[in-house]
Amino acid sequence: MRPSVFIRLLVNGEEHALAVPAQRTLLEALRYDLGLTGSKQGCDKGDCGACTVLARERAGEGRGEAILSCITLAQDAQDLAITTIEGLAGPQGLDPVQRAFADCGALQCGFCQPGMMLSARALLDDNPKPTLPQIQEALSGNLCRCTGYTKIYEAVQVAAGLRAPAQRAPVQSERAAPSDSKAQTVKEIVP
Amino acid sequence: MMTLPDLTVLRPGSVAEAVEALRANPGARVLAGGTDIVPNLKYGMYDTRHLVALRGLSSELRYVREHQSGELRLGAMCSIDELGRSELVKARVPALADACRQIAGPQLRRMGTLGGNLCLDTRCVYVNQSHFWRSALGYCLKKDGTVCHVVAGGKRCVAAASNDTAPVLLALDASVKTISPRGERTIALHEFYVADGLHNTVLAPDELLTEVRIPAAAARRRQAFAKLRMRAAIDFPALNLAVALELDGHSVKSVSLAVSALAARPALIKGLQDLHGHAADAIFAEELGRRAHKQCKPLTNIGIDPGWRRDVLPVLVRRTVLRAIG
Ligand SMILES: Cc1cc2nc3c(=O)[nH]c(=O)nc-3n(C[C@H](O)[C@H](O)[C@H](O)COP(=O)(O)OP(=O)(O)OC[C@H]3O[C@@H](n4cnc5c(N)ncnc54)[C@H](O)[C@@H]3O)c2cc1C
Ligand code: SF4
Ligand code: FES
Ligand code: FES
Repeated sequence: MRPSVFIRLLVNGEEHALAVPAQRTLLEALRYDLGLTGSKQGCDKGDCGACTVLARERAGEGRGEAILSCITLAQDAQDLAITTIEGLAGPQGLDPVQRAFADCGALQCGFCQPGMMLSARALLDDNPKPTLPQIQEALSGNLCRCTGYTKIYEAVQVAAGLRAPAQRAPVQSERAAPSDSKAQTVKEIVP
Repeated sequence: MMTLPDLTVLRPGSVAEAVEALRANPGARVLAGGTDIVPNLKYGMYDTRHLVALRGLSSELRYVREHQSGELRLGAMCSIDELGRSELVKARVPALADACRQIAGPQLRRMGTLGGNLCLDTRCVYVNQSHFWRSALGYCLKKDGTVCHVVAGGKRCVAAASNDTAPVLLALDASVKTISPRGERTIALHEFYVADGLHNTVLAPDELLTEVRIPAAAARRRQAFAKLRMRAAIDFPALNLAVALELDGHSVKSVSLAVSALAARPALIKGLQDLHGHAADAIFAEELGRRAHKQCKPLTNIGIDPGWRRDVLPVLVRRTVLRAIG
């Protein structure tokens, strides 16, 4: 058994006292000690942004800035106030960023989303009406292997009130022509 | 998932306490933003059992100040992000602000510090890998092994200095201040780096970098930074360089050119004195590119074709020099 240390973490406004192995990362403490599995363990070495959380000094205000929890030691995070994706929705329901991501369909597998949405939230807290290049810059430390980013940028613009979700015409597919006689007779053989 | 080895984390609240913690725990390593040392610890690259975390030193070592001599003084715990945004840094040393804005990605720039950037461990495709990966290859000189996979028969590790602030600060004649149980010292940056990939600085294991000093003259020099990388964010440099020029009308009074992401030591291009007095023009920019090409030999330590990197270097130098001339 590895030696344990006693630490305090302030996560989503709640103070937690934990005994953890000394080398615990903040991400491991969130996921495996606090059960907050919204923060994802992607590369676990600072490349991908899936583990992004927001952090500020405890004495500070607001939600703070996006940092990577997989390369932050839990012990070294004790002076910080942390916000994870679980803490983003408020009493009014979903955060506008979360709502916009849903409305725009800005996700596919969803693995990058907690980090994406937190980076987006930190951007909008700091700069409520960002330009597209500013959005791209702010999200450049969050990799998405599914979406191609277009709808993600759109969602941040929607959350900022800069545009409405794109109206995409439903795909007009042509009805398949009857290919053979069996297809035509299916109805007749069903009891 | 990559767990860290067993560690004890010490959290001093002042520079004096940090020096004491380093003295009392031989072999301890410093943790600043952790963006370099934590991944490396996960790879099993260090045998250390103690980390001295510097977050508690922020009140002492996080500042951007102009000394009355005109010298710019930057605390080692300044984040890369704040240096990239600082009005004073942008006005006095725009190339440094530019380099900072091109380091890693946004989260890493907020976590990473100036001290950590200058003390960044050297990098190599054969070593920044999991322990399992390295064991499969039989390790290498940098850690646990006896051979180098980059230079066949090489006796010295040539892993690449990959810090983006280093070439700028080298070209601008900056120096660093340090403190250890033996006292303080000031080291000119061109004497700070050594050509040894195992440990590429003259810092002792128990020595702390506290401040970067940039001479007043830097603000008068035309300067530019350039970085080659595959993606516009996150990636380490495949090449980086900085040029600093003093002009006298339209002629070059002095020039320095630093190139890095080659081997363990960021290189200052040598023998440029004969160009002093040359017109600051496209021919001059071309000539600097030619000389850099002659003196710099990219290696396979970075997983991007070294031949291509060498071909690109003179082009990058020429463009950067022209940008500096303006
Ligand atoms: C995905 C990724 C991409 C990156 N891309 C880049 C890039 O493009 N360019 C770049 O330059 N860097 C890059 N980095 C590296 C790193 O983020 C920065 O160099 C950062 O500035 C390092 O600072 P830190 O405070 O996090 O260092 P740490 O990891 O805390 O420390 C790095 C080293 O310096 C030592 N150290 C730290 N502070 C001091 C001090 N005050 N005195 C003495 N020793 C000290 C530590 O012991 C350690 O050996 C990248 C990192 C990652 C994970
Ligand atoms: S340069 Fe050689 S010794 Fe150094 S890390 Fe790479 S393979 Fe290992
Ligand atoms: S999990 Fe990839 S950056 Fe943290
Ligand atoms: S939605 Fe799958 S990684 Fe972004």
